[in-house]
Amino acid sequence: MSDAQGFNILDPFSSIDLGLADSADGVKQWAIANRGIIQPIKKFFNEMIVGIDTALNAVPPLIMLLLLVLVAWQAAGRRVAILVAIAMTVLGFLAPNAWGLAMTTLAIVVSSVILCFFIGLPLGVLAGKNDRFEAVIRPVLDTMQTIPAFVYLVPVVMLIGIGNVSGVIVTIIFALPPLIRLTSLGIRGVNASVVEAAKAFGASPRQILFKVELPLATPTILAGVNQTIMLSLSMVVIASMISVKGLGNEVLRAMGRLDAGKALIGGLGIVILAIVLDRITQGMGQSGRERGHRHWWQGGPIGLVLRVVGKN
Amino acid sequence: MAGTQDEAVIDCRNLWKIFGRRADEAMKAVQEQGLGKLEVRDQFDCVVGVQDATFTVGRGEIFCIMGLSGSGKSTLIRHVNRLIEPTSGQLFIEGQDVNRLNARDLREVRAEKIGMVFQNMALMPHRTVLDNVSFSQEVRGHDAKERRENAMRAIDAVDLNGWDQKYPDELSGGMQQRVGLARAIAADPSILLMDEPFSALDPLIRRQLQDKFMSLSAEMKKTTLFITHDLDEAIRIGDRIAIMKDGALVQVGTPEDIVTNPVDEYVADFVAGISKLELVSAGKIMEPLAAYEKRAGPVDHEKWPEAHPEHSLDDLVNLSIATQHPVMVKVDGKPIGVVTKNALLRGIQGDLDDPASVKH
Repeated sequence: MSDAQGFNILDPFSSIDLGLADSADGVKQWAIANRGIIQPIKKFFNEMIVGIDTALNAVPPLIMLLLLVLVAWQAAGRRVAILVAIAMTVLGFLAPNAWGLAMTTLAIVVSSVILCFFIGLPLGVLAGKNDRFEAVIRPVLDTMQTIPAFVYLVPVVMLIGIGNVSGVIVTIIFALPPLIRLTSLGIRGVNASVVEAAKAFGASPRQILFKVELPLATPTILAGVNQTIMLSLSMVVIASMISVKGLGNEVLRAMGRLDAGKALIGGLGIVILAIVLDRITQGMGQSGRERGHRHWWQGGPIGLVLRVVGKN
Repeated sequence: MAGTQDEAVIDCRNLWKIFGRRADEAMKAVQEQGLGKLEVRDQFDCVVGVQDATFTVGRGEIFCIMGLSGSGKSTLIRHVNRLIEPTSGQLFIEGQDVNRLNARDLREVRAEKIGMVFQNMALMPHRTVLDNVSFSQEVRGHDAKERRENAMRAIDAVDLNGWDQKYPDELSGGMQQRVGLARAIAADPSILLMDEPFSALDPLIRRQLQDKFMSLSAEMKKTTLFITHDLDEAIRIGDRIAIMKDGALVQVGTPEDIVTNPVDEYVADFVAGISKLELVSAGKIMEPLAAYEKRAGPVDHEKWPEAHPEHSLDDLVNLSIATQHPVMVKVDGKPIGVVTKNALLRGIQGDLDDPASVKH
């Protein structure tokens, strides 16, 4: 503003400075000043993440691989189980430390997705039921999805400090929106005449939600969970900038040293993890009709065990 | 005409429903200035769904509401269990004003007293047939064993035993609607609301389901409000019929009333194509004995076939097909009227103005 040019009516934008950037920087000051409040919350989430990480890393890789294959078989069928077995074996052989790094990354992703689920599902249901809330939350979701991660990386670090918790928070900011959107879409997509029938037979709003709307919206909601997982994985490299360990950190370090080979290994690890998680969650999202109306326990390894036990 | 004089189970009084943002203003204008449907639409941008509907349905009666699509019949039936709130007017179920119930009591009435069948089935695709049928008892929190028994009984009643563990999309359309019917009767409600239940089915299946419904209905004696756009169906099923047009009930009466005495052109057009054989009785077309004897002289009716006034035209055709004589209509063995062949033929055509004027 101190420029001698003065006010130019044809270009008012460059001659007026409202000082928005400076006042926005106040957020940072506020964040630093209020760190004390955040610490206990941070500690809780950090313990949760570290707990998941330790658990995943404590299981011997071969057992873990077997577990993943069984989960895949149960959730998505034999074909996906074979794919998972091959993919995870390849991942393990990428580098001697690749498996451990992948488990650390998986721990971050799992923590993020669990938190996303608990935040996103209620918000999505609310958005599906209430037009006004949907109108309010939409621009917020647009912002969360499009604003460059680096913009909120600094304030988050100022408030919480570097480490896993910040990593999970920046991941949630980016990965949460599709879950809310798809939950809302799923709730809105439930056949209105079925809801009317439930009402006509005396169901309360709560019963309609839990007995009719959520079950019928489940495939769409699980598609949202699937998207959330994919977006969480795409954040691991950025999250590694604030000292989150795992495959992302490997890529970041390799880039710093222009080590293309190591970067490729880390990148491939992320891709394989993404494919595995995607196929498993997509399998969960199949509707009852696609599964031939079998309950989930009637197929896969559990079904096999039950059948064998049932025969004896 | 079963039960029309008995207590009214459904009692609908001056019910109005106007859709639109300015419904209340429009309602006021209608009451004060007597605006019509089109004026309401133009002045208030509102749609009149139901106009001043008044009717009662007695215990055990089947009351059909017949109208074309858009006539407001589906809107009207949804007032009974208050899926739609009226703009004005009252509706009583067994003496209880439905619109004064609080949310909890309303849910109880819906679950325990009313069963509803929908045109598009509206079954829950994620639940088995059994779980669909026991839904209303489940939301009431009834004991699992009891609701299973009730549901199995209902499934049995609609001949679907063995299908209880299947999902709706594994069933044909006709079977799905039988599930819908089973769901409606499972909690043993006193009132059945049938919203065009058989309209989406093909003719043969529709016929089968109508028969099934009528035999069930004869057994269960439930008060039924039955919506249809098919006059044949209304006549087959209904004890009384209401013809609905543009949201208003144009005529209410027994099937015979409607067919023989349509109040206006609109109803007359509807009934023109209806077969009178089963509907019109001998009493309607007979010429009083005195008038006949005055015209044709005293007769020796020893060999004439005999009928009761309630006998249908169909019966009369069967009686007179074997003989050249007219049919003598008798009450308690006493001759009261005569149906000549010409009068019978005219009656089948639906020309019932005055039996004496039939040209001989």
